[in-house]
Amino acid sequence: MASRSWGRDAVLTWDQFSRIAFDGGVITVSVFVMAAVLGTVLSLLFGIMGLSESRLFRGISRIYVEVARGASAIVLVFFAAFAAPRFIGFRTSDVSVTLFGIDVGWVFIAGAVALGINMGGYGAEVVRGGIKSIPRGQTEASISLSLTNGQRLRYVILPQAVMTMLPPYGNLNIEVMKGTALVSLIGVADMTFFARDLFNRRNFLENGPSLVVIWGTALVLYFIVSQAIAAFYRWQERRFGGRWFGGRL
Amino acid sequence: MTFTLAQEVWRWEVVWEFLPEIAWGMAFTVLATVIGITVAMVLGLVLALLRRSQIKAIRWPTISIIEFIRSTPLLVQLLFLFPLVLPGSRVPTAAFVTLVVGLALHYGAYTSESYRAGIESVDRGQWEASIALNLAPATKWTRVILPQAIPTVIPALGNYLVAMVKDAPLGIAIGAFGILTVASGLGSQTFRFTEAYGVMGLLFLAVSLPLALFARYLEKRYGFERT
Amino acid sequence: MDSNVPSDALRVEAHADTMVRMRKINKIFGENHVLRDLDLDVAPAEKVVIIGPSGSGKTTILRVIMTLERPNSGSVEIDGRHLYHEPKGGGLVDAREAHVREVRTDISMVFQHFNLFPHMTALDNITLAPVKVLGLTSEEANDRGTELLRMVGLADKSGHYPAELSGGQKQRVAIARSLAMRPKVMLFDEVTSALDPELVGEVLAVLKDIASQGTTTMMLVTHEMGFAREAADRVLMFDRGQVLEEGTPEQLLREPEHERTRSFLKAVLQH
Repeated sequence: MASRSWGRDAVLTWDQFSRIAFDGGVITVSVFVMAAVLGTVLSLLFGIMGLSESRLFRGISRIYVEVARGASAIVLVFFAAFAAPRFIGFRTSDVSVTLFGIDVGWVFIAGAVALGINMGGYGAEVVRGGIKSIPRGQTEASISLSLTNGQRLRYVILPQAVMTMLPPYGNLNIEVMKGTALVSLIGVADMTFFARDLFNRRNFLENGPSLVVIWGTALVLYFIVSQAIAAFYRWQERRFGGRWFGGRL
Repeated sequence: MTFTLAQEVWRWEVVWEFLPEIAWGMAFTVLATVIGITVAMVLGLVLALLRRSQIKAIRWPTISIIEFIRSTPLLVQLLFLFPLVLPGSRVPTAAFVTLVVGLALHYGAYTSESYRAGIESVDRGQWEASIALNLAPATKWTRVILPQAIPTVIPALGNYLVAMVKDAPLGIAIGAFGILTVASGLGSQTFRFTEAYGVMGLLFLAVSLPLALFARYLEKRYGFERT
Repeated sequence: MDSNVPSDALRVEAHADTMVRMRKINKIFGENHVLRDLDLDVAPAEKVVIIGPSGSGKTTILRVIMTLERPNSGSVEIDGRHLYHEPKGGGLVDAREAHVREVRTDISMVFQHFNLFPHMTALDNITLAPVKVLGLTSEEANDRGTELLRMVGLADKSGHYPAELSGGQKQRVAIARSLAMRPKVMLFDEVTSALDPELVGEVLAVLKDIASQGTTTMMLVTHEMGFAREAADRVLMFDRGQVLEEGTPEQLLREPEHERTRSFLKAVLQH
């Protein structure tokens, strides 16, 4: 009764679907949010550091950016999940991590942190580019008004830079979200994990769903989330760009 | 929580022992990338041209496919493709082939957008001059438009090459032979994860960083402003 | 423009006899020796206009005072305090950043291209620094800002963004923004050069107001000779990094001594 990958039932049962979309979806979104928050903090930190007058700070920023980008996301994820605990000195079984009542384990943290670090490498360049794009005159006016460097960054430069940074930053967010699929490989129960699980089990099911249906569903779910993020950033761009530029963008 | 000593965590003998195998795995990862980017470069151009078709039945599906591929994770695409490519096959190379196909499709979609931008950046006047000179479409494309569009695409291709190297280890998900597959295997067998993944990480950086420099060089060389 | 408003905003106190004292200032950009051993004194409340051909160093002088450029050598004193040096153990050493910043609070600059903050309203542009640097409460800052906007004739524009203002209006907001910090020294770097001709007048009117009513020391780099004649106490002709000639407007503009000054004035006045 071995069956081929084609044919079979055209639809997923509600249980099957909700497992992938909701049980998995919650984890996918949680990993994404954690990674995005960490990534944003690191982007700002190392992005601003990369513009420092101190060669030391610029150097540190450069090293971080090159390593965080150069080691691919998947390499970082595997390293964080399996090698890092040993470097730091704890056993992964000693650590218990629960999220919304689900026991997700160290791999969840490892995956999110690794993705966040990876994102920071790319984000730092976005931040640096955005700040650099602000005309010198703004800095000079700030000096003329006796603002400190910190005040200048906070009240004059960053608010303007955000506008330039939003499009590439939105794209980066989408890449990170797609990257969350990687954590399924280290054992985190996200959408990809459940889809794969269902696919592996389908041979043992009566009227199991076909390959196309399972993966098609997964792909569509990721597609929807991508588009949602893209729409969010388009909305933010409209909000920010409105009145400053006299109503036109 | 007990903290292990440094000697326990990293043993150089293990590193040297692992290195040849992991390097061999890296070679395959690089091989997949080289083949993948070559196919992606061609595929991207094809997709870009299809996207410009006047026939809606060609244009709309092309746009949808490109958008769909760009909006979904490569990993999921690979998992989807594997059973599809050589179904039921248990030949190890099937996984490798699937990886290459997956990489080529994924990056083909991305490069098609770069080609599109490059083609559109060619000055309007060039198209009009081609019409005025009564050039056949093939001539117009190969002698006028593409020679001007391609240079702008090269920096982007360089960046996608670097990106692809970083995605190629995903082959582990479908059992393709590569650096991650080897490292993971060694780690599980010997429980020496730190050396296995540590070596993998360093070796990976040793390949991806020079490639990144190369990509930056391409940007400087070919990224001129169109006059 | 309301010229009868009591201008508290324009009253600043001086402590020393000389407000700005520059000694042996040298500034070199690469191969270019822009300022050569320059000495310059400006008295408190004096209005000095600086003219000269481009490349003569006249803008650089202002930028050195504003610390936008650091001199290669020489000293600057503002109201008796060294800007780039600080006293230590009986002598002078290079100042720490904190010291430079402290002395710099007495100086403000208005730029050729306004440099308003595009993401803030006119009023917010003016009140940002008083609140963050001088420590005013928002009410105090808003009061000061509104009064200044009224003085420059833009009372109704306080809620407008720079993108919604004309060039002349932007420059007037920029002037108000600098005034809000009650600087002892105000520097004006070709503030009308980027404006359409019909908008120049409104800005010059504001400058004349400040000149006639306030005790702020003003240094202006400009081509507007009419303004120099009416409002300046002294005019300096710059050439090749040094003060070529100086005098009252009547002296310098009517009967310049140097040929270079003569030919420059001829070229400018033909504009």
